[in-house]
Amino acid sequence: MRARVFDWRRMPEYRTISLLAFVFLYAPLIILIVYAFNANRAALIWGGFSTQWFVKAVLNDDLRRSALNSLIVAAIATPVSTLVAIPAALAFERGRFFPGRSTGEALIGMPLVAPEIVTAIATLIFFEAIGLRAGVGNIAIAHIVFCIPFALLPIRARLREMPRDIEDAARDLYADSWAVFSRVTLPLLMPAIVAGATLAFVVSLDDFLITFMVAPAGATTLPVYLYGMLRVGVTPEANAAATILLVISIAAVVLSSVLVRPRTVKA
Amino acid sequence: MAAQPRFRDRALLLAGPALLTIVIFMVLPMAIALVYSFMTASPYGGVEKPYTAGAYVRFVYDRDLDDSLVFDTTYLQIFARSLILAALTSLGCLLIGLPMAWYVATRRPVQRQILVLLVTIPFWTNLLIRTYCWVLLLRDQGLVNNVLLWLGLTKAPITFLYSDGAVLLGLIYSSLPFMVLPIYGALEKMDPRLVEAAYDLYADRWAIMRKLVWPLAKPGVAAGNLLVFVPALGAFLQPDILGGGKKLMIGSLIQQQFTTGRNWAFGAALSMILMAFVLGAMMWSAWRRAAIAVPV
Repeated sequence: MRARVFDWRRMPEYRTISLLAFVFLYAPLIILIVYAFNANRAALIWGGFSTQWFVKAVLNDDLRRSALNSLIVAAIATPVSTLVAIPAALAFERGRFFPGRSTGEALIGMPLVAPEIVTAIATLIFFEAIGLRAGVGNIAIAHIVFCIPFALLPIRARLREMPRDIEDAARDLYADSWAVFSRVTLPLLMPAIVAGATLAFVVSLDDFLITFMVAPAGATTLPVYLYGMLRVGVTPEANAAATILLVISIAAVVLSSVLVRPRTVKA
Repeated sequence: MAAQPRFRDRALLLAGPALLTIVIFMVLPMAIALVYSFMTASPYGGVEKPYTAGAYVRFVYDRDLDDSLVFDTTYLQIFARSLILAALTSLGCLLIGLPMAWYVATRRPVQRQILVLLVTIPFWTNLLIRTYCWVLLLRDQGLVNNVLLWLGLTKAPITFLYSDGAVLLGLIYSSLPFMVLPIYGALEKMDPRLVEAAYDLYADRWAIMRKLVWPLAKPGVAAGNLLVFVPALGAFLQPDILGGGKKLMIGSLIQQQFTTGRNWAFGAALSMILMAFVLGAMMWSAWRRAAIAVPV
């Protein structure tokens, strides 16, 4: 067999670079987690396994309040962005061409393209100009905007792969368009919708810069509070708080990828 | 076709809510920011009349005591630094990302899925935390210095933090997935028989890379470059945390104008200049035939 003589998959140098790159990607995160569980206040001396910093972080009132704000914002931004993303995905994947359609697609992708700092200051200016002072509401509005393209991504991808025959068959059986949507398209789309919602949730939960600029005094989210904590200095408590946030996002991303996986596996 | 998909006729209506949200809360704010950039900063934040191009003039000229304009390169230097750092970030990501994408693309499907997930996870985790991890590693009492001291490679801790190098490292670290994923997307579809054919025609590994893999990866590289370059150009957290706020980049400069600087007009003008750079980079990239979707 040729494969034994020449294996096109084998690129020894590339393998080394890749493995080092994976170490590069994960080592810092693992070190953070190890530090967070270190009983010793001096990060570099291992004082045994301990969860005391997590307890201390959770008992911190300000930290809890900002975590609650983060959850409120994500709980508003996730469903709203997902609910507007579903019809938009249908329009772009199943819809007829309409004037300005490609412009529309570009506009929806804009939050992905514009540098975050520009989006942040534009939103800040906008809220100031219209005089909107809704506290956490301001943050939620800003989050809805940049969550939309993320929620849209997996839903569109799923629609693109989904054969249209099933929807056509339903129509042949005299289902009206609502019935086709609610009994055929929607159930088939569900994993992608959940995946999109999860991504929106993660992006909202993790956002720092836009929230940092837009947040009115008194309405801090967890990343913004963490930023303040980290500015003061490296503390085990900050490590623990960062670890909590890290684990939540990783769990959500793994969950969303598991949800879409069975449908997207090719070959 | 007898039964046309009914979603077809209501496309505009269906896309309406999403479009409206983006137009009201993103496009309109950008337009207002553009207007603000042509107004006069009021001393307590915000802007006031008269309309002027003063904010843009300030970008290149400093007003002297006698009110004459002097050419001043302070801000130009910050822009130049940002452009250079963003370009180096793209280059660094490419050097690591291309072999990585090739490696992932040549694994078996199950392995591939796991590796793609491993590349994707950092992409979705908090940027602040990922940047902060490097402080733990690089500070004077950090892990790297302690290992170096322990190995006897250095007598005193080396100051890694608050340098251009640290900022660049942070930028490459946070941008790497943006480079790997699109290149992987381009290479994944590659037909392995092409490589075997090249080998049969006496191409060595280097020739295969240069003449086969590179041309195939190019659309992915173009997309990746854009995805790395644009956020790196406007980066705030990496220069702030790893550069100590002293090594300014455009992002930090803009942020300052809205906080300590209290010069909204100038901040808006800087944002518009940054936006012009970004649009320029995108158009250049589109012109060089690019833009493939990022696989999720």
